Amino acid sequence: MTGRVHSIQSLGTVDGPGVRFVVFFQGCNLRCKCCHNPDTWDMQGGKEYSAQEITDKAVRYKEYFGTEGGITLSGGEPLLQAEFAREIFEKCREKGINTCLDTSGSILNQRVKKLLEVTDRVLLDYKYTDDVSYRENVGCGIDKVKAFLEYLQEKNIPVTLRQVIIPTVNDTKENAFKLREIIKKHPIVDKVELLPFRKICTVKYENMGIYFPFGHLPEATAEQTDALYGIINS
Amino acid sequence: MQHENWLGFNSGIWQDEINVRDFIQKNYKEYAGDASFLASATPRTNALMEKVNELFRLERQRGGVLDVDTDTVSSLTSYAPGYIDKENELIFGMQTDSPLKRGVNPFGGIRMARQACAAYGYRLSDKVEDEFKFRTTHNDGVFRVYTDEMRKARKCHIITGLPDAYGRGRIIGDYRRVALYGVDKLIEEKQKDKKALAEKDYTVDSARLSEELYQQIAFLGYMKEMAAMYGFDISAPAKDAKEAVQWTYFAYLGAIKEQNGAAMSLGRVSSFFDIYIERDIERGILTEETAQELIDDFVIKLRIARHLRTPEYNELFGGDPMWITEAVGGMGNDGRTLVTKSSFRMLNTLYTLGSSPEPNLTVLWSARLPEGFKKFCAKVSADTDSIQYENDDVMRPLHGDDYAIACCVSAMEVGKQMQFFGARCNLAKLLLIAINGGFDTTSGIHIGPQMDVMDADTLDYDKVMERYHIYVEWLSKLYVNTMNLIHYMHDKYAYEKTQMALHDTDVQRLMAFGVAGLSVVADSLSAIKHASVHPIKDEMGYIVDFKTEGDFPKYGNDDDRVDLIARDITHKVITELRKTPAYRNATHTLSVLTITSNVMYGKHTGATPDGRKAGAPFAPGANPMHNREENGALASLNSVAKIRYEDCRDGISNTFSIAPDALGKTDGERQSNLVSILDGYFAKKAHHINVNVLNRETLIKAYEDPEAYPNLTIRVSGYAVNFNKLSREQQREVISRTFHQSV
Repeated sequence: MTGRVHSIQSLGTVDGPGVRFVVFFQGCNLRCKCCHNPDTWDMQGGKEYSAQEITDKAVRYKEYFGTEGGITLSGGEPLLQAEFAREIFEKCREKGINTCLDTSGSILNQRVKKLLEVTDRVLLDYKYTDDVSYRENVGCGIDKVKAFLEYLQEKNIPVTLRQVIIPTVNDTKENAFKLREIIKKHPIVDKVELLPFRKICTVKYENMGIYFPFGHLPEATAEQTDALYGIINS
Repeated sequence: MQHENWLGFNSGIWQDEINVRDFIQKNYKEYAGDASFLASATPRTNALMEKVNELFRLERQRGGVLDVDTDTVSSLTSYAPGYIDKENELIFGMQTDSPLKRGVNPFGGIRMARQACAAYGYRLSDKVEDEFKFRTTHNDGVFRVYTDEMRKARKCHIITGLPDAYGRGRIIGDYRRVALYGVDKLIEEKQKDKKALAEKDYTVDSARLSEELYQQIAFLGYMKEMAAMYGFDISAPAKDAKEAVQWTYFAYLGAIKEQNGAAMSLGRVSSFFDIYIERDIERGILTEETAQELIDDFVIKLRIARHLRTPEYNELFGGDPMWITEAVGGMGNDGRTLVTKSSFRMLNTLYTLGSSPEPNLTVLWSARLPEGFKKFCAKVSADTDSIQYENDDVMRPLHGDDYAIACCVSAMEVGKQMQFFGARCNLAKLLLIAINGGFDTTSGIHIGPQMDVMDADTLDYDKVMERYHIYVEWLSKLYVNTMNLIHYMHDKYAYEKTQMALHDTDVQRLMAFGVAGLSVVADSLSAIKHASVHPIKDEMGYIVDFKTEGDFPKYGNDDDRVDLIARDITHKVITELRKTPAYRNATHTLSVLTITSNVMYGKHTGATPDGRKAGAPFAPGANPMHNREENGALASLNSVAKIRYEDCRDGISNTFSIAPDALGKTDGERQSNLVSILDGYFAKKAHHINVNVLNRETLIKAYEDPEAYPNLTIRVSGYAVNFNKLSREQQREVISRTFHQSV
């Protein structure tokens, strides 16, 4: 089958373990105020590829993957095209390629569950630790991501928990303490990544002629994330 | 044969014949561990290096040349001994009587020596001018026989950088032989070879060889004299590690005193030294610290080696390089790695002495290298941007396991193969000349087969290819013949006595041709094939520009539709070159390498169908054109990996710059990811890669404020340079290259 893809990056080193072939899916169900890829929102945008085409491309980079690397499906929201994603992962697994899913965890239906059967790791974007922030800055409740994480725990799928640290929004100790609790409760979370909020995407918003809701906030520094790592790892 | 200085070594045929490889194989200890054993610099080394850094500062202050001895012709014994700090040095010997003072070497051509002096405010002395008044130089010889067509080809820059006015270089003496056997034994063997020639009738070939052997023997004698001036007797084998390093260095020093070849590469000495170092550590006369000191002192000597060049030369080979290339690592034919602790020690000099473009440290990469070594290499790359990698797994089957790299990417078996260096021809310009039916619009010169200007509103791919092939065939023949004349004259008037004395007498010769502008011509042909290219003519009816409509696949995106065009061109060129026999039965080889001449080649090339403007720089070596890569770093690497090593046995150079953030979040991640990338790239049978891990912003800052970045080292095209030593134009080109960013 085919799906819509925003872009392909042959060398990804920050979206999952090792060297990864990253496919950015087109289309997103959320409108996060911190989003750095507004150009992936539109469901009709991007370019159409078949699962076979994507797999054939990924195979060309297999030599670079080493013991850890593989393919990562990111977005956009890959869960919106879960069947397309599943077919890619099935084919990649047949070729011995490790599969990694970068998602908001905001959808959990049968198609998504089938996709998770062939997923080696989930990079779960746990954006905030409270429902109010979720509803205000993401557009859905926190219950979605909570349920998603529970399901991953049940299926024993390794998780890298990720959060973008946004100054004045979630750069608090309280948030870090809550994250620590969540991690403790879910042994499948074997890695945490706090990503400093960046605004290189401002130009994308300008080009698209739309408002960047968090454009007025300062970028986060490595010192800020380091301090929060300190709490989480304590 | 047995010698007391060989005590403790395992025996082998190396004792009965000149065979350094056998000595290494019988005696070296592979090392599969990590870098934790390494020692840091001693106070002695730091103090000495401080003095050297001060000299470097002065040299920069004086416009790049500290001093020139204009009265003396450079040779092995023509200068009094020189020192940095005699009491604190461990390894001795200097090119002239003072560090960084350059000698003059007019054997390639007196005019070049004169111009080089003048460029830095000096005047070649009357004494030297008089000495060479009635002497034929290599340059004189070549121009006596150049045909009109060869002169035109040179003038219009379709073939440039030819070694017809400077030393050809690219020859690696087996400098280790002096340490292992001592000079007397080497002389004795050469005398035997010379005698053997008399047993058959003399021919032109054997008469020439006989005279060459005479010269080789004479210069081995001078080498002993040179060492004696520093208080050493190198007639016998080295007795310990210190002597092994010293003897080897004297052999190299003799070569760079005699010759000012473009690339004066070192070979593969680290694991050879390791055998002596291990023996001394066992004997209790060396520690890790003092072993590192020996390597450090040796490397300091290499870092201060200099030749006097002209500005035109610097345009081709920017950054004042010597290409003191040292090949490190690799695997043995028997499956053991050739990595030793001294492979680590050699790379460690980038920490003990700070990062540096010289020596040109080249890691011979194999999938089977020990993990600890791979990790250390990646760390050194990320920290210093000073090393390059070449694929041992594609070179070893052709060159065995005791080859080294001359210049940037030229593999040759040490002491058994030599090379006739041949710069490069401009493939993009050739396309324009072909389309214009034998007219070069940049120089206004008619050259090659004369035909009609291609007359079409839209260029037809098949017709252009047919035309292009005719011109490739013409140029290849001209190129080989030009090279034959150059190297005949170089042998006759500027023969490398010292270096060839350190080769087997019966040496295998390679003739190294090269191409520039591969990515420009591949993208241009792709545009003609997949988009609509409309030629634009000037008032005289020649095509001077193109209007290209529509999109087309671009080299650097792992797209076979264009990548295979690039691959097929190199195959066509080498196939055509092979049709014209090469001087002294040399084997034809081809490189895709530009050094820094990609800027100069671009300057002399009109607008091309790929959209490149007239005069704009080419991408270096086999790199895709700047910023045309749309699918990320690995796609770019895959494109380059498609150029076949069997077609380009003189090397395929790729320079890769990546932002630290794009390589991973932590130092550990960056190291293991770089290892994965190198493993993958070389598994694709790629040949070479320069790795820079840095941000473009750093270069822009260094461009604007050079004094703040005195030691910024960056890999450019098969070698590394001190960024500040590039011309402003070369710096701008380096800044404009693709830097792979995180997404």
